[in-house]
Amino acid sequence: MSWNRVSSMNRVSSMAEDRFPPGTRVRTFRHDPPHHTRLPRYARGKRGVVVEPEGPAELADVSALGDGHAPVEQIYAVRFDARDLWGEGDHHVVLDLWESYLEEDRADER
Amino acid sequence: MSGDHSDATIAQRVRRLETLLEEKGVLSGAQLDETIDAYLSGASPANGARVVARAWTDPDYRSRLLADGTAAVRELGFMEGSYQRLRVVENTPGTHNVIVCTLCSCYPLRLLGPSPSWYKSEAYRSRVVREPRAVLAEFGLDLRAGTEITVWDSSAETRYMVLPCRPEGTQGLGEEQLAALVTRNALIGTAAV
Repeated sequence: MSWNRVSSMNRVSSMAEDRFPPGTRVRTFRHDPPHHTRLPRYARGKRGVVVEPEGPAELADVSALGDGHAPVEQIYAVRFDARDLWGEGDHHVVLDLWESYLEEDRADER
Repeated sequence: MSGDHSDATIAQRVRRLETLLEEKGVLSGAQLDETIDAYLSGASPANGARVVARAWTDPDYRSRLLADGTAAVRELGFMEGSYQRLRVVENTPGTHNVIVCTLCSCYPLRLLGPSPSWYKSEAYRSRVVREPRAVLAEFGLDLRAGTEITVWDSSAETRYMVLPCRPEGTQGLGEEQLAALVTRNALIGTAAV
């Protein structure tokens, strides 16, 4: 699966604070979009755990167009193990990620 | 968005845009300066230090600060009217936090003042998420083995500030004296107090 700016503009965001409750295991999309995004390359296609919702904001991928039609989505603070990001290290990295960047990482799909 | 903004293409583009806006009479240089001054006015690490000193001396305030940083700093008159959210992350004897913006240079300017140039450098931004222990050691911060490190990458609308550990032997100090101990780097997480 992937997301892109067009699908983001057309999707109806759940906008529910509890779509990914704290502790939910999530996976980020691997897709490399041709446009502005706030999902850093090093965190693409990675598994993490939701810390908590950070509040809603316009999706930066679309608002960067500047035409005023960006969907508002929930942002989640997501914690990643360094080992999952870099293959080494014992620290954690927390990123603030829009709902569009995330899908639930179900145990039965792992 | 490289470490040296003065030579960056974006800086040249901004300067050109400024010139055009002035030439076409859309905006005067004075208006621009006024806007920038208003943005920066009162932005200082002394603000963050005051917040930390209050949290060290008032346990209820500390709880409020960790639960809702934005509301708690507004109690002290900071970040009024800002659309950004502030999250304060607390260091403990076994945990350490450090902030970065790997995509550009997001920073809690109103509480910490203008950011240092190293914060915007590619070296800091790319390395601190990957090898924070080594980067912090280069800042002179040697953390005890086993200290859990969390790096907060400011990728959206939330800004971060570190609540450092209160140093030992400061029981007798008042809020103002405590605030004087808190450095900008301690609020970023690249130093201890």
